Amino acid sequence: MSIIRYEQTQGKSLGFYALIAGLGAFVLAALGSVYFMEHNGHYVTGMSNRIVWGLPHVFALFLIVAASGALNIASIASVFNKKIYKPLSRLSGLVALALLAGGLMVLVLDLGRPDRLIIAMTEYNFESIFAWNIILYNGFFLIVGIYLWMMFERRMNKYSRKVGIAAFTWRLILTTGTGSIFGFLVARQAYDAVIMAPMFVVMSFAFGLAFFVLVLMASYKWTERALGDAIVNRLSNLLGVFVASVLYFVAVYHLGNLYLAENSGVENFILMDGGIYTQLFWYGQIILGGLLPLALLYSPATKGNRSMLGLASVLVILGGIAQLYVIIIGGQAYPMELFPGKEILVGYGGIAAYTPTLPELMLGLGGMAVALIVITYLIKFLPFLPESLADDVADPHHKS
Amino acid sequence: MKELNRREFIKNTTVATASVATVASGISLTTFAADPKESDPVTNEKRWGMLIDANKLSEVDIDDMVNACQEEQGWGGEVHSTGDQKSGWIKKVKVRDTATQRVSNLALMCQHCEEPPCVDVCPTNASMKREDGIVLVDKHRCIGCRYCMMACPYDARSFVHEDLTDQKEHMPRGKGTVESCTMCVHKVDKGEQPACAQAVSSDAVIFGDLLDPTSNIHQTLKNVQSTQIRADLNLNTGVRYSGI
Repeated sequence: MSIIRYEQTQGKSLGFYALIAGLGAFVLAALGSVYFMEHNGHYVTGMSNRIVWGLPHVFALFLIVAASGALNIASIASVFNKKIYKPLSRLSGLVALALLAGGLMVLVLDLGRPDRLIIAMTEYNFESIFAWNIILYNGFFLIVGIYLWMMFERRMNKYSRKVGIAAFTWRLILTTGTGSIFGFLVARQAYDAVIMAPMFVVMSFAFGLAFFVLVLMASYKWTERALGDAIVNRLSNLLGVFVASVLYFVAVYHLGNLYLAENSGVENFILMDGGIYTQLFWYGQIILGGLLPLALLYSPATKGNRSMLGLASVLVILGGIAQLYVIIIGGQAYPMELFPGKEILVGYGGIAAYTPTLPELMLGLGGMAVALIVITYLIKFLPFLPESLADDVADPHHKS
Repeated sequence: MKELNRREFIKNTTVATASVATVASGISLTTFAADPKESDPVTNEKRWGMLIDANKLSEVDIDDMVNACQEEQGWGGEVHSTGDQKSGWIKKVKVRDTATQRVSNLALMCQHCEEPPCVDVCPTNASMKREDGIVLVDKHRCIGCRYCMMACPYDARSFVHEDLTDQKEHMPRGKGTVESCTMCVHKVDKGEQPACAQAVSSDAVIFGDLLDPTSNIHQTLKNVQSTQIRADLNLNTGVRYSGI
């Protein structure tokens, strides 16, 4: 294998500035939305005492889950020693950090009192999964930061495998923690399931890789660098495996729930008669976000076609957002079983209504924009991208 | 007479002052103990609880309880919040048994669990349980993450969705923080009953110390069949019900 040379992007073209300006507009819209929501209070949103976590949480958790997944490429290279992924490791770390930053921004700015963030950073209840998550997120920044340093600094290269293993372990714990935010809510029929934790880990593999593939293909195309099929086809196969795994976990989760009579109500709701949630589940999550990408990635007609890989990645992201919408909002919309064996006539119950508002959407999209701006800027200032990923450079066994 | 040098003088007076202070603080503690004062330390020798008898409780009683709570704590006057956004510290709930069709009415509020899920999940320790079993939110520590609302099995908590005016002095509330029934802790600490219990003239609502063998609530719970809502969750609630 020839030596990989990394190089900054030029970042002087009209396209670069147009991209930054476009993303910047989204970030400004997000900040404006936050001001509007925090100034007035959450009554201007669709959220309520029944739907306490709304669209911002859907985006925040999507980005956080995707963040840990985006690190996978680096982990495959350093932990599992797959050399072909090695040139992608720096970008993998960067995408992971950027997505986490975007997700946390959304999460924090949707708090009732974001001005009290300092309390969350200094006052910990160690019985709270949420408090553990705060530690895990901060630790992720630190550990991936160190990991990147080990990769960038030639003297430190020899430690990059060890730090890579630590980062990989950390990210597994982190996503387990994120899934457990829901898994440990005993009172809610839709959540109380330990499988939520591993399901979130597998979701992170798929969402993170989809994001990574798009960033990789766009940056190579827009900077006119060579990106060979050897790498792209591998990523494509890997994405297919991850998407199929998510479908498997979703199937086990719902079949397991259906088996328990106490959960048949909520399962009926999500799978059969839940209106928007049922539609998002079948059309959004399963068909658009699962089956269609699999078809695009594996069918002979579209296999190996980059536009189709890009489309599949976009669909995986949209399907992922639909999936988190169904989990987070659908799970809250279905009422808790307060009085088993009794029907509540007055005072509680029924499907809670939720209509997301524009500021909530803009805040969520703003988180994505922040992640993309961070990536766009940092690849300009630091050599994250190999100057070429042509097959003869990237693939040690390439035969031309 | 032995002449005191300066060092000994300081030593002796310090010891004397400290002893007086120690004894005096002991005296004042025992003096106050007879009559409950807000300054008394809260201990786990008491566990405050409530027994609501749905057989005796009329729908009017429940309305009175809700009104008394609003009056006492100052919630319910939110102007902008709509539907489920409005605060609801105590709710009137009507349930029908799916098999027997029997209808019961009850008041539902924070159940003041011994093992409160809201306290477990709160990242900043803002949700807390006092030694005497009352579950509260520290409004100065709450960051408004709403995880406690996700965790509460009783839908007992509300998030303040808007700016508030004309608040009660003893019950500061704040936009962007979570709130719920405090079991009128400000009254209980003065030896009074919670507002909702006071609002019902019959013995349909009994408030008291669950641990005190001489208390009405303790004795009644010994004799009548009662239940906890979602007893299967093993949270050991402080609020108990009979007749449902």
